Amino acid sequence: MRAVREPWRRTLRRDWQLYSLALLPLVFLLVFRYVPMLGNVIAFRRFEPGGSIFGEAWVGLRYVTMFLGDPTFWQVFTNTFVIGALTLLFCFPLPVVLALLLNEVRTRYFQRFVQTVSYLPHFLSIVIVAGMLMQLLSVEGTVNQIVRAVGGEAIPFLQRPEWFRTVYVSSEVWQTVGWGTILYLAALTTIDENLYEAARIDGANRWRQTWHVTLPGIRPTMVTLLILNVGTFMAVGFEKVLLLYNPLTYPTADVLSTYLYRVGLESNNFSYAAAIGLFEAVIGLTLILGANAISRRTVGASLW
Amino acid sequence: MVTGSVLKRPVELRPRLAGIRESRGRRVFQVVNVVVLLCVVAVTLYPFVTIIAQSFSDDSYIRSGQVNLVPRGFNTTTYELVMSDALFWRNYQNTVVYTVVATAIAIVLTTCYAYVLSKRELRGRTALIGIAVFTMFFNGGLIPNYVLITSLGMKNTIWAIVLPNAISVFNLLVMKSFFENMPPELEEAAKIDGLSTYGILWRIVLPLSKAVVATMTLFYAVSFWNSWFAGFLYMDRAELFPVTVYLRNLIVGAANASSTGSSAGDLAQVSASIQSVTIVLTVLPILAVYPFVQRFFVSGVMLGSVKQ
Repeated sequence: MRAVREPWRRTLRRDWQLYSLALLPLVFLLVFRYVPMLGNVIAFRRFEPGGSIFGEAWVGLRYVTMFLGDPTFWQVFTNTFVIGALTLLFCFPLPVVLALLLNEVRTRYFQRFVQTVSYLPHFLSIVIVAGMLMQLLSVEGTVNQIVRAVGGEAIPFLQRPEWFRTVYVSSEVWQTVGWGTILYLAALTTIDENLYEAARIDGANRWRQTWHVTLPGIRPTMVTLLILNVGTFMAVGFEKVLLLYNPLTYPTADVLSTYLYRVGLESNNFSYAAAIGLFEAVIGLTLILGANAISRRTVGASLW
Repeated sequence: MVTGSVLKRPVELRPRLAGIRESRGRRVFQVVNVVVLLCVVAVTLYPFVTIIAQSFSDDSYIRSGQVNLVPRGFNTTTYELVMSDALFWRNYQNTVVYTVVATAIAIVLTTCYAYVLSKRELRGRTALIGIAVFTMFFNGGLIPNYVLITSLGMKNTIWAIVLPNAISVFNLLVMKSFFENMPPELEEAAKIDGLSTYGILWRIVLPLSKAVVATMTLFYAVSFWNSWFAGFLYMDRAELFPVTVYLRNLIVGAANASSTGSSAGDLAQVSASIQSVTIVLTVLPILAVYPFVQRFFVSGVMLGSVKQ
């Protein structure tokens, strides 16, 4: 901040061209980001399609008490939590492992080749991923060919609730593990060679070098990505679930976002769905603020 | 003899000795590592190979579970069939139009805002950044967005697809940090020469930012090309769908047709070969440009990871 504040009029006269450049983007943010945020008031108001986007009349916490007493809500809440936790459990550490393995490769050409291939799934539309999964996992698909080859009975994976989480998490790993290595690989190149030299002189073998030099070297990156992962923990891939689930797998596959999608846009209970959506958004915000605060206190690293 | 060969290549002496010292365990690890990484490559590529094999196979072989990595009953008639579908091409064309328009809008808005945010001396800058960053952590959600787009009368128009996602805050911050790192002397000199702010941005800054603008264009273009949900949600007529929704209806629609959850646009059972061909044709443009654009993406992500 400047010591002496100049009047806004003078600031505007000097910098009006800069501010004018910000005008359209600001209008965009207000209309398409902040208006929907305010639109969440319909969680507490009666809403009529075609009426005001902010609803008609206050109804208080009616919709909140409604979902708190809704057994399906608790079912999908649990599903969201379980899928989110499993995704975090596998999709956070595996890129670290892959990055460490890639880092040990001596042949530059081979390293580049593995990287290029493993980044590829990141570029695919989720519809393509879902389409591939359906082909691979169908009763005649190649996965079931393997199951039959080892003497098993073919399993209609996408029709079985007990298989949904496995399918979801393993395909999530397939999509994200390669791309997730980028930041770690960048961090690995910044580790000082002298630290390894010193560790070797102290008699550390490769494993101890990895444990005492490499991992501490990429710790800030790990913490940052962990915060982000925890923050988006409940935002389970809505589009993917929507494409992959069906009424048979609802017991394990249905998550908050897909439930509110059906409640809101298929059954037209806009206010009820908005209440669930608001609940989910508040949890997401709390999680990311909480994770950030904890990491700032404990390891001294934070997002902002 | 021995001394001679060592003298000829003195540089190799140390690594060789080191190699002997670490020898066995190290070499075993290297082999295991390469095998593990080759498995990663195989698992990543396997679905692509299978889908391609299916797309050239005869349906009877697929239905009896005989197609794996090589096509059985090789034919291209399924390709001819899918490519003769007028709706498929119509939707493909829509995807191209949506992607081009959305990317153009997104680049203009993001560049302008990022340039403003990069001016450290600008009054109110912190607030302007905060307004954008807050939307990363809290967003309106599906229902309020749907209500808004509907009440703006954007349903069944291109605007429902190209406007609501015009600024990605991640991309915005990448561009901002790029602009911040430009030497200020150039702009100061241009200002003394009497160039306006618009002139500086257009004639000085942008020509020097071709790499970052190209990277951002690719980021946006790929994400718009791949998106399907906006088209699915806001378009009611098949001739307005992007090709991803065409594919979705073919795949999910076919799978759901028998169960109760089917919605409008779901088709009856579609053969696996047709599904595979449509997948291949949709993914083809991405695969074609992927080897060339990959490094731009990597550098873009690195740029974005620099803490603000």
